[in-house]
Amino acid sequence: MKTSEQESIGGANMARRSFLRYAGLGVASAGLLATAACHKDHKVIVGGGIDIGAKGDLAILNYAYALEQLEAAFYIQVITTPYSGMTSDERALLTSIRDHEILHREFFKAALGGNAIPALTTDFSTIDFTKKAAVLGAAKAFEDTGVKAYDGAGYLIKDAGYLTIAGKIVSVEARHAALISNILMAGSFAADDQVDSNGLNKSATIAEVLPIANTYLKTKVSASNYSYTA
Amino acid sequence: MNLFNIIDEIEKFDPELNDRLNPRRAAIKNITSFGSKVAMAAVPFAMGTMLKKAYGAAAAPTVIEVLNYALTLEYLESSFYNTGAASAGLIPAAGASYINTVKDDENQHVAFLKSAITASGGTPVTSPKFDFTAGGGTGNGPFKGLFGNYNLFLKVALAFEDTGVRAYKGQAPNLLGNKDILTAALSIHAVEARHASAIRQLLGVSPWITSTATLGNDTGVTQVNGNYDGEQNVTQGGVNVTTLPGLSSSSTSVEVATAAFDEPLSMDQVLALLVGTFIYT
Repeated sequence: MKTSEQESIGGANMARRSFLRYAGLGVASAGLLATAACHKDHKVIVGGGIDIGAKGDLAILNYAYALEQLEAAFYIQVITTPYSGMTSDERALLTSIRDHEILHREFFKAALGGNAIPALTTDFSTIDFTKKAAVLGAAKAFEDTGVKAYDGAGYLIKDAGYLTIAGKIVSVEARHAALISNILMAGSFAADDQVDSNGLNKSATIAEVLPIANTYLKTKVSASNYSYTA
Repeated sequence: MNLFNIIDEIEKFDPELNDRLNPRRAAIKNITSFGSKVAMAAVPFAMGTMLKKAYGAAAAPTVIEVLNYALTLEYLESSFYNTGAASAGLIPAAGASYINTVKDDENQHVAFLKSAITASGGTPVTSPKFDFTAGGGTGNGPFKGLFGNYNLFLKVALAFEDTGVRAYKGQAPNLLGNKDILTAALSIHAVEARHASAIRQLLGVSPWITSTATLGNDTGVTQVNGNYDGEQNVTQGGVNVTTLPGLSSSSTSVEVATAAFDEPLSMDQVLALLVGTFIYT
């Protein structure tokens, strides 16, 4: 179910070449890239949307890539149109978070190469970027959802290297989440809404997370092999 | 399996075990003295993974071993915060709700892990002894006086939280595909990261670990440089992420590259950082 347009813009070889070019690498990298380049057919167009594809690690990586695209786009907007009364400290912290999310996005894009889903078109029309409470409320929702998503999908990852990389990212998302929560309400960094009575962060399935993400996406993301179709 | 009883046992045969587990102390000495001082035949009983690695053999720990390791770290943290909360005049009003939240979470982690170990057919380890001054039982280590000095208390707290994040991350591959246990471990891992972020905010340092090209530790507490070593890594999955583009640049700074990815520590790395200083037998 792959379109010819995707084939032409997203072929594994082409993406791999371009990655190697901007990464400045003369030889193919080990790890993610080498493995990812072995598969080509993991993105499927369903009614104009995107599907993360057949069950497996590439689907989970594309799921993460979709969430990181969403987060990066959100924070780019936050800094481009700062809310009223944004302090210099807040601007610095939100700019750092923006840059972390951009790097997460670029990392997955590079690592997935030709297996990456396309760039997603976002829709933040429900967020009033002029209001601090609206922006930080949305930021908290994105970060908390990101943490729950990584925690909930970890067991689906089959490769130890990918799992470790997901772990490297999720703790940074949790650091973001705690900061945003504390700005909204001091001391709420591990409050009951996110942490259960055993002291465990809540987790969420792909089928729980994608409907939330899709409220901010024009390009709807499905995971038909993980029980969710947009 | 009680790792710390085992350490005790082995120390009867191998007085240098502590150094062997703590390469910062005597790495060179271990290499030269290992063969002559220790015969593997003198160690007939089953050893934990940490010890197997210390003696040069590799084996992945069992799920129970991972959980008991996690429990040991949670004993450390819960005991630390329980002592802090019970120290009159230590925690100012502004920090009380923060520290109490962290303390309660750590105590819940202890209870949860004990029940998870039992439910998995294992036996929870008992708590080892702690010296939060990092004095190895002398009470006279570099952090002496921490329960009367809030700033020092927070610095030790942060080292524990950031190390805890690294420790859980390092065990994820040993729980690969285990829906219940891996998900629980990742969920504790995320809470430890929330704690680390919050303690960093109390200390007035960046909520995320922002390393330089040569120094992982961004806390300014040089005694715990080892706990942050490796955080300066910028290669992820074979990709040097500083070569990836930023918003309006063709590359990414080391600052962003190190802050955007936290790094794991193995079980033996963590125990080497803690045993003999914060943990003693």
